[in-house]
Amino acid sequence: MFNRWGLLWDLMRGNRMRYAGAVVATAFSALLSLIPTLVIRTTVDSIIGDKPMDVPGWVEDAVLRLGGRDALAHNLWVCGVALLAISLINGAAMYVRGKWTAQASESMARNLRDLLYDHLQNLPYDEHVKAETGDWVQRCTSDVETIRRFLAVQMVEIGRTGFLLVMALTIMFSLNVKMTFISMAVVPVILAFSYVFFSKVKEAFRLADEAEGKLTTVLQENLTGIRVVKAFGRQAYEVEKFDGKNREYRDLSYRLVRLMANYWALSDFLIMVQMVIVMVTGVYWASRGTMTLGTLLTFMSYEGMLLWPVRQMGRILTDMGRAQISLTRIKELLDKPREDMDEDGLTPDLNADIEFKNVYFEYEKGHPVLQDISFKVKKGQTVAILGPTGSGKSSLVHLLLRLYDYQRGSITIGGVELKKINKKWLRQNIGIVLQEPFLFSRTIKENVALGRSDVTEAEILEAMRVAALSDVIQQFEEGYDTLVGERGVTLSGGQKQRVAIARALVRNSSILIFDDSLSAVDTETDAAIRRALKERRKGITTFIISHRITTLAEADLILVLDQGRLIQSGTHEELIRQPGLYQRIWALQSRLEEELADEYKDLEYPAQERGVM
Amino acid sequence: MSTYQEQEYTQPFNMDLWKKLIRYAWPYRRDLLLLAAVMAASGGIDAVFPLMNRYAVDNFIVPGKLDGLWIFALINVMLISIQAFNVWMLICIAGRIETGLCYDIRKMGFKKLQELSFSYFDKTPVGWIMARMTSDIQRLGETVAWGLVDLMWGSAMMVATTGVMLYLNWRLALITLSVVPILAAVSIYFQRVILMAYRQVRRINSQITGAFNEGIMGAKTTKTLAREEENLREFKELTERMRHSSVRAVVVSSIYMPVVMALGSIGTGLVLWLGGEGVIGKSISYGTLVAFINYTMQFFEPIRELARIFAELQNSQASAERVFSMLETQPDVKDSPEVIEKYGDLFTPKKENWPPIKGDVTFHNVSFSYKEGEEVLKDFNLEVKAGETIALVGETGAGKSTIVNLLCRFYEPTEGEVRIDGVDYRKRSQLWLQSNIGYVLQTPHLFSGTVKENIRYGRLDASDEEVIEAAKLVNAHDFIMRLEKGYDTEVGEGGNRLSTGQKQLISFARAVLANPRIFVLDEATSSVDTETEQIIQNAIQKVLRGRTSFVIAHRLSTIRSADRILVIRNGRVVEQGTHFELLRRRGYYYRLYTNQFMEEKEREIMSQTRG
Repeated sequence: MFNRWGLLWDLMRGNRMRYAGAVVATAFSALLSLIPTLVIRTTVDSIIGDKPMDVPGWVEDAVLRLGGRDALAHNLWVCGVALLAISLINGAAMYVRGKWTAQASESMARNLRDLLYDHLQNLPYDEHVKAETGDWVQRCTSDVETIRRFLAVQMVEIGRTGFLLVMALTIMFSLNVKMTFISMAVVPVILAFSYVFFSKVKEAFRLADEAEGKLTTVLQENLTGIRVVKAFGRQAYEVEKFDGKNREYRDLSYRLVRLMANYWALSDFLIMVQMVIVMVTGVYWASRGTMTLGTLLTFMSYEGMLLWPVRQMGRILTDMGRAQISLTRIKELLDKPREDMDEDGLTPDLNADIEFKNVYFEYEKGHPVLQDISFKVKKGQTVAILGPTGSGKSSLVHLLLRLYDYQRGSITIGGVELKKINKKWLRQNIGIVLQEPFLFSRTIKENVALGRSDVTEAEILEAMRVAALSDVIQQFEEGYDTLVGERGVTLSGGQKQRVAIARALVRNSSILIFDDSLSAVDTETDAAIRRALKERRKGITTFIISHRITTLAEADLILVLDQGRLIQSGTHEELIRQPGLYQRIWALQSRLEEELADEYKDLEYPAQERGVM
Repeated sequence: MSTYQEQEYTQPFNMDLWKKLIRYAWPYRRDLLLLAAVMAASGGIDAVFPLMNRYAVDNFIVPGKLDGLWIFALINVMLISIQAFNVWMLICIAGRIETGLCYDIRKMGFKKLQELSFSYFDKTPVGWIMARMTSDIQRLGETVAWGLVDLMWGSAMMVATTGVMLYLNWRLALITLSVVPILAAVSIYFQRVILMAYRQVRRINSQITGAFNEGIMGAKTTKTLAREEENLREFKELTERMRHSSVRAVVVSSIYMPVVMALGSIGTGLVLWLGGEGVIGKSISYGTLVAFINYTMQFFEPIRELARIFAELQNSQASAERVFSMLETQPDVKDSPEVIEKYGDLFTPKKENWPPIKGDVTFHNVSFSYKEGEEVLKDFNLEVKAGETIALVGETGAGKSTIVNLLCRFYEPTEGEVRIDGVDYRKRSQLWLQSNIGYVLQTPHLFSGTVKENIRYGRLDASDEEVIEAAKLVNAHDFIMRLEKGYDTEVGEGGNRLSTGQKQLISFARAVLANPRIFVLDEATSSVDTETEQIIQNAIQKVLRGRTSFVIAHRLSTIRSADRILVIRNGRVVEQGTHFELLRRRGYYYRLYTNQFMEEKEREIMSQTRG
């Protein structure tokens, strides 16, 4: 409990005084808004009328200094100016309250958003693999909004109503005790009524929300599946289905409206009854002379100022529970431990030999993903990794960036143990292209430029050339400046992979990793990219995961993984002589040629056209 | 969502638009009139209350008499009862208009969307349509219902207040009312500025939501790029902009309220001064003074409300424009009036007039372009006999789907004809053709609901037995029975509780149940496990048998078993013939085929190792 609100307190840092100031301004403004009525009361009773002045001493002094009641009666404009002056001061207080509350609560919301964004970004890789994106986004947006509203609107309303109530009651008691009790008679009833009503009506709100959700789902599914709808000629059926949900939503929201109508009408009635009671009793006492006209006017005007906000309180109080729930949900995200970046770790030159020694790795206890992996890579070599799905290929390269840490064995780069190296340093100097890379909703060029902050235009264009992006770009009217992602065009898997390759290339990394990142590119483009890459990556240690034999064959070292174990390793020449996965795949080449033997004879080009060099 | 959505609409009042809106609101004319009457009454009564105070002061308090106090109290209670009833009525009626109107327009919109052609959906993002169908329509309904409420109440109260004040003392009334024009001008100015400021806040807010979405979905990539700090810096710029504009919006409102209050208190001050002098000089009664004070303290409310409505109307006008533009879109592919006359439209087909279909398909000199000037098909001719299987082969994005889109009449040829059984398909209804075409997509799309409901989508009047039979035919029965509730298992939104392979099998069953004469299959490239792969292959062979089929093919077995193969490159048919003929030609097809051959075999070997 304390922790939750403690978070809020922390986030208010730098704005606490402002918020406190806003509270003071709220109180001051509440007081000032009660005074014009008192000025009117005194003017009506004692200046225009002839009742004795029943005001604090300093006001009487001021009146005397202005020449006494008679002088004022001949210069009534002074009273008018007093009203205006009070309202101007009140206006200033309201302005300050509004500005400071907004500054404090908006800064808090900004801090919270920044904190969440930073925190989520820095969670361990594994958390993101398992992430429920929709739920997280929900927490970062609507829950933050609920808390912002709580601070910016609800707290202010509660504060204002509270101050108003206390001050008005003080004044009212000092004017007429009996009348005060009479004028507050309905307040508890209204409060209780609106609190109970809004607690009860939650269910109706929920039902209407759900109906709206269902309606949206039907619409969304229809639009995304419009091909199916049209192909089966199911338009009429769909219209009927939609109509059902549409009708349900209409009826449930109308039911809600009816409930609200009952509430507003009944609470309005209660408030107005209260006002009539005050007026009639007041008229009775005033005509008997036990109460002045001005006092009656004061009571009637205070009733108007108090009762409507009091009714709102019922609603706000029921809403307040939501702020607490939201805070808990946000806290849950923030309580997830951040990734330890090993910032004090070493920052060695990564352009060095790499050695794996008996490496063992598991995601879950007792389910090894990699076992007993040992191999050596000389700096600048190209390593190809082959293996069926689930054999641990991706995990192996993920270890190099310390996206995960191995449990046993050792990995060294230039003799330095990987676990001792600063993670950020590793990731800055190793380029990896994931199999399903993510592009940000920016232009194609900007996406490539994300690879390195100080990249030049020429470098971007060169990387795009190597990644064979130019023919992707030709398709779009705006070329390199075509917006991709959510708000722009959708690229195909292969196109995305190519952008991601260009993005990795501009990084000038010491180590490059391609995690099956050409899988969605057709073979001819694949060959073109590889040819261009080969020229470029001279001296860069490269890891390539692929199932294409032509890609694998060029490597200096080929690793064959199966079920987490390294079952074969060696060069192309070595492996084609050993029985095993690699040999069998290689044999396909000749089998293809046998199968197509007769057509093949008078053919000049097949090998290089397919990209086999 | 589209950038289109963020466009600013700041056109002046658009009369045509509101006329159109009146057309949609026409069925609610009686409710609207009643609502207007209720609101006028309510505004009028609100203006009467200060008069009651005046009466009390002049007839009870000043003379010190109590005769008729009970009747006075009773009249008051009556007035407030009427007022409470008015409140109840107004909420009910306005609610009925709002929910009803939204329902009507949504219904019309949905129907329109079902009629629109593919070209519309190709150009328009789903998010944009969703926004039109939800928030814009909602705003339109609100404006009509609640805008009228505030408009009527505000006007009635203003008119009544002015009238009463002039009647009580026209000189004092004219002097105090002199602040009203200033009040109105200030209000109209500020309400506009406030609305714009909040609109800006909403825009940035949706950018923040987008940034969170992207930050979370792209977190893995961010990590590998070690870009956390740059991302945070960019995000902080955004949240700072949000803070700045939110504070600005509040500050503008915080200036407006004091200004209104000050203007109001000038009115009250004038009354106290001049009215007070009148009381002293006996030209005005105490009661009138009290009534005037009451009026000056409340008359800024209706002005504020009116100013707010006018500001909001502009916003609603933008919504109306977007909604109407959607409702008025004409589909590119449309049946001619004669065709509709004979075969019925999408929603009321005249099936009794539908001719039976054999399944011959002819493309006769067909040319086609998606965009003006960029012809993707020129003078294309193809003759397909009923029962033949045609495979379309080519790389992703080569334009294989163009031929399929033309065949299904999702698009129509720009020149030439597509004939079904020798007759131009434009002489038949779209529904007739589409009811006879089965279509299975490479990314199968299912609807929320049970497995059974999804299969039955193929033929709505199919019995349970027929559904099961269809599932058995495509070998989906076994896995369905292994699901928790068998055929009654919920598939989830978009079918996301099932695997891709399972979704494919269900979509096959759905197509088989429809039992079409012409079958279109867009084969999946995504890899499923070998076992499912075998089952799917098997299903495909069964489904294609005996039907005219067009297959966008990726699998060798499907390609090889086709009667004819069309090889497509850069949107053009570059080669066509049987598998054997094409191989012999050793052209583009040969290359595609050998590549595919290698890929498939490699995958096969890999999966054997695994087992």
